[in-house]
Amino acid sequence: MLLYAVIFLPFAAAALAAVLPSDRLRPWLIPITALLHFALVLGITATAAPAVNPNSLLGLDALGRFILFVVSLLYAACSFYALGYFRYHADWENRIFITALLAFLGAMTIAAASRHLGLLWVAVEATTLVSAPMIYYNRNRFSIEATWKYLLLCSVGIALAMLGILFVAYAGLHGGGEQELLLDQMLASASLYSKPWLRAGFVFLLVGFGTKMGLAPLHTWKPDAYGEAPGLVGGLLAGGLTSVAFLAILRAVQIMIAAGEQVLVRQMLLALGVLSLIFAAVFVIRQRDIKRMLAYSSVEHMGILVIGVAVGGLATYGAMFHVLNNALTKGVLFMTAGNIHRHYGSKRMCETQGALSVLPYSASLFLAGFLAITGSPPFAPFMSEFTILRGMFAGGHLVLGALFIGLLVVIFIGMGGTVLPVTMGPHLEETEDEASDYRETLLTIGSPLFLLAAVLCLGIYLPEPLKIMFSEAAKLVEVTP
Amino acid sequence: MNTPPNLILLFVILFNFFILGTSRLNTCIRSVALQGALLSLLPLFLHTLTFHTYLLAVGAFVLKGLLMPWLLFRAIRQVKIRREVEPRIGYIPTLLLGALTTAGAFIFGDRLPLLPEHLHSLFIPAALSTLAAGFLMLITRRKAIAQVLGYLMFENGIFIFGTLLAETMPFLVEMGVLLDMLVAIFVMGIVMHHINREFSTLNTEQLSLLRE
Amino acid sequence: MIIRLLLHFLLLAGLSPLLIGVITRTKAIIAGRQGAPLWQPYRDLRRLFGKDMVLSSTTTWVFRAGPVVGIAVPLIAALLIPFGAVGAPLSFSGDLVLFVYLFGLARFFTVLAALDTGSSFEGMGAAREATFSCLAEPTLFVAFIVLARISGSFTLDTMFKTLLANNLQTVYGVSLVLTAICLFIILLAENSRIPFDDPNTHLELTMIHEVMVLDHSGPDFGLILYGAAMKLMVMGTLVVNFIMPPSTGDLFVDAAFYTAALLALAVGIGLVESGMARLRLLKVPQLLIGTSLLSFFALVLLLR
Repeated sequence: MLLYAVIFLPFAAAALAAVLPSDRLRPWLIPITALLHFALVLGITATAAPAVNPNSLLGLDALGRFILFVVSLLYAACSFYALGYFRYHADWENRIFITALLAFLGAMTIAAASRHLGLLWVAVEATTLVSAPMIYYNRNRFSIEATWKYLLLCSVGIALAMLGILFVAYAGLHGGGEQELLLDQMLASASLYSKPWLRAGFVFLLVGFGTKMGLAPLHTWKPDAYGEAPGLVGGLLAGGLTSVAFLAILRAVQIMIAAGEQVLVRQMLLALGVLSLIFAAVFVIRQRDIKRMLAYSSVEHMGILVIGVAVGGLATYGAMFHVLNNALTKGVLFMTAGNIHRHYGSKRMCETQGALSVLPYSASLFLAGFLAITGSPPFAPFMSEFTILRGMFAGGHLVLGALFIGLLVVIFIGMGGTVLPVTMGPHLEETEDEASDYRETLLTIGSPLFLLAAVLCLGIYLPEPLKIMFSEAAKLVEVTP
Repeated sequence: MNTPPNLILLFVILFNFFILGTSRLNTCIRSVALQGALLSLLPLFLHTLTFHTYLLAVGAFVLKGLLMPWLLFRAIRQVKIRREVEPRIGYIPTLLLGALTTAGAFIFGDRLPLLPEHLHSLFIPAALSTLAAGFLMLITRRKAIAQVLGYLMFENGIFIFGTLLAETMPFLVEMGVLLDMLVAIFVMGIVMHHINREFSTLNTEQLSLLRE
Repeated sequence: MIIRLLLHFLLLAGLSPLLIGVITRTKAIIAGRQGAPLWQPYRDLRRLFGKDMVLSSTTTWVFRAGPVVGIAVPLIAALLIPFGAVGAPLSFSGDLVLFVYLFGLARFFTVLAALDTGSSFEGMGAAREATFSCLAEPTLFVAFIVLARISGSFTLDTMFKTLLANNLQTVYGVSLVLTAICLFIILLAENSRIPFDDPNTHLELTMIHEVMVLDHSGPDFGLILYGAAMKLMVMGTLVVNFIMPPSTGDLFVDAAFYTAALLALAVGIGLVESGMARLRLLKVPQLLIGTSLLSFFALVLLLR
C-alpha cells in the first residue's frame, strides 16, 4: 500500500505543479514532495520486506528498496538546494522545469519498483523524456545541443534495450513456452531459456541501459548533458538516474545468473568497466571545464560499479555501498560546481580560479567532495572502493586490482589538476568587477553540506541496517558460484 | 510465404529501401507513416482476435500512422525545410549498405534458433533489416528531422519483433511503450524547433560546439 | 519449325511499330488530344526509307554499321525468347547470356557510331548511354538468375513459359512479382522511355539515346527507329511473358493472346509516361541502382 503512495505522490505533485499558477509558490512543492517521499521510503525500508507477489507488476525486493532509498535520499537533500536555485532565478518561468523534476522522481520510483521488464523499460525511457526539458533549462545554443544529443542517444540506446527485452522474451518462448516478462517468473524458469537468444538479449540490454548509465564507450552524451544542465539536474542525473540504469542492468544480470550464464556476464561487465575507467582517465586529464570533468568522473564511477559486480563476492557488496556513496558525493560536487558556475558566469577553469576566496563554503565543499569522490580516506567512497579492491584480491584478480589502482591514481591526479586551481588558485582580480550578484545562502550551501557530512559519517561508521541492506541487495546479483 | 503477414513485411522491407533512397522529407515522413500503419495490421493476422489485439492494432495505427506523421509535418512546416540536401554518405552508397544489411539480416535470421512456426517467415529478417535501415538513417543524415525518422524506423523494427511476442507483454506495458515513443517524438519536435531558432538551421552538423 | 520461325518474324516485324503507335496514341488521349493514327510509325518508316541519305565526310564505315547492328540484334534476340505460348524457334542451354550480350553488342555499335561523328553532343549522349546501361545490365542478369532458379533451366524458352499462372500461389510468387517489376523498369530504361529519357524532346542537354542518332538520316535513321521499336517489343515480351496463360494448343490462338497482351503493355507504358515527369539526370542512376537492389532482394528471398 505504501508503495503505491510512494509512486503516486510525485506524479500528483507534478500535476499540481503543472496547474499551480504562481511561479513563487511552485518551488516549495519540491522539498515538500521530496521529504514526504523520503519519509514513505524510510517507512518501507524500515519494515521487514514482505514477500513480493510474483504476479504483480510492482514490488520491492532488496535491490529495488536499496536503489529507491538512494534515489530518494539524494532527491530529498537536493530539494532544498532547488529552493535556493529558484530564488536566484525568480524571474524565470519554472512551470515545465518543476513539473519535469517531480515527474522525474516518479519515473525513477516506478523503475525501482517494477517487477516487469517492460514496465522497467517504460519507466527508464520516461526518465529520459522528462529530463530533456531540465537539461535545456538554460535555453542557449550549448544546452540545446546537449539536449539533442542526450535525447537522441539515450532514446536509441533505450530502444536497443527494448530489443534486448524482446530477445530475452523470445528466449523464454523458445525454451519455456508461453510466459510473461515478470521478473520472478523469469528467474524461476531462466534455466530453460534458449541460450543464444538470451545471450544476444543480454548484450542488447547491457548496451541499451549501459548508454543510459553512461558506460564507455556509450558515454558520449554525458559530458555534454552534465556540462550544460543546471548543477542540481547534473547531480540528480549523475547520482539518481545512473543508479536506476544500474538497477536495470542488474535485473538483466539476475536473469543471466538464474540461467547459469555468469561467464558472459562477468566478461562483458568487466570489459565495459575497465574501458570506462580508461576513457575517464584519458579525458579527465587537462579537462578545462569543471562540469565536464565531473561527467567523466561519473563515467569512472559507473565503471567501478560494474567491475565490482563482475568481480563478485565481497566486491559486489562494495559496489552496492559505492552506489550510495557515488550518489551522495556527486550531489555535493554538482551542486557546489553549480554555485561556482553561477558566481563566475563560467565553468571554464581559466575563468574560475581562486574560488576559495570568494565562495569559501562552496569552494571548500567542492574541494572536500573532490577528495571524497577520488577515494581519499576517511570519506565513504574510500571505504567502498577499498572493499571492491579487497574483493578483487580475494578473488585472485591481481592484474585487475593493480590496473584499478593505477587508473584511480591517474584520475585523482587529473581531477586534482583542475580542481585545485579552481578552488585554491590565485584569484583573478578583474573578474571581481563583473562578478555576478550571487552570494552563498543557507539553502544552496546546506544541501551539499548535509550530503558531505553524510558521506563523511558513512566513511567512519556504517550503521548496521545499511550493512544489511547492502548485503541483501548484493546477494541477488552474486556472480561467483 | 504468401500469407498476409509476410506480404506486409515484404512491403515494409521495400519501404526501407525507398526511404533510404529519397531526399524529400515529405515523402520520407509519409513512407515511415505508411510503414508504421502497415505494421499495425500485423497483430491482427498473427494472434487470436481478442480485445487486446484489436486495441494494440488500433493504438499502433493511430500513433504510428496518424499522430506521429502529423507531429512531424507540423515540425517541418514550422522550420520550413523540404529535403535532406547532402547526407554524410550519399544516397547510392546508403542504398547499397541497406541492401547488404538486408541480405545479412536474411542470413542471420535463419541461423538463430527459431520456433517452428516462425521458421521461414519474414519476421526476423524484416525486423533486423528495418532496424539496420533505421540505424543507417540515424548515422548518415545530417538533418535533425531525418534522424528522428531513423529513430522511428528503428522503433518499427522493434515493433515487428514485438508482435511475435505480444502475448508476453501486458496491455498496460504495450501502451506505455507506444506512449513513450509518442512523447519522445513530441519532445524531439520541440527540441528541433528550438535548434532551428538558435541556429537558423536544422543541420546537426552545426551542433558541434561541445567537444573535447 | 518453319511456320514458327515465320510467325516469330512476322509478329516482330509487323507488330513492333504498332506498339510505338499505341503508346503515342495513349499519351495523346490522356492529354486530351486526338493524336496521330495508330499506323503513323509505319508511314514514318516508309517515308524515311524513301529518302536520300546525308553522310558526314568525317565518318567511316562504323557510322553505317551502327543502324545495321541495331536492327539485326533484336531480330536475332527475338528468336531466343518465346512469344507468349509460342515457343522460341531457337534455343539452347545458356542462351540467356547470349541474349544479354546481344543487346550489349548493339549498344556498343550505337555508341561507336555516335563517337564516330566527332560531335561533342553525341559523345555526351554516348557517355550517358554507356553509364546507364552499365547500371541496368546487372538487374537483367539477376532477374534471369531468379527465373533460372525457379524454372531450374538455363534456357530462355523454358524460363519464360507461363510464369505467374503456375507459380503465383507458391513460395516463388513474391520473387516473381518483384522480378517482373524490375524488368518493366529496365524496359523503360533501355528503350529511353519516361522517366529515364523522353523520346519526344529534342534538347540535346537532356537527351540520352536520341542525342546519339542526330546525325543519322534517311534509311539509316529508319533502320534505327525500326530497330528501336523491335527492341521495345523484345523487352516487352519479357515482361508480358510473366502474365501469359498456358498454351491452348492452337498456335494462332496463342499468338493472338500474346498480341493482345503486348498491346495492353503498350497502353500501360503510355499511362506510365503520361503520369510521370522525366527524372533529373542525376536521379537516373539512383533509380537504376534501386532496381538492381530490388532484383537482388528478389534473389535473396528465393535463396533463403
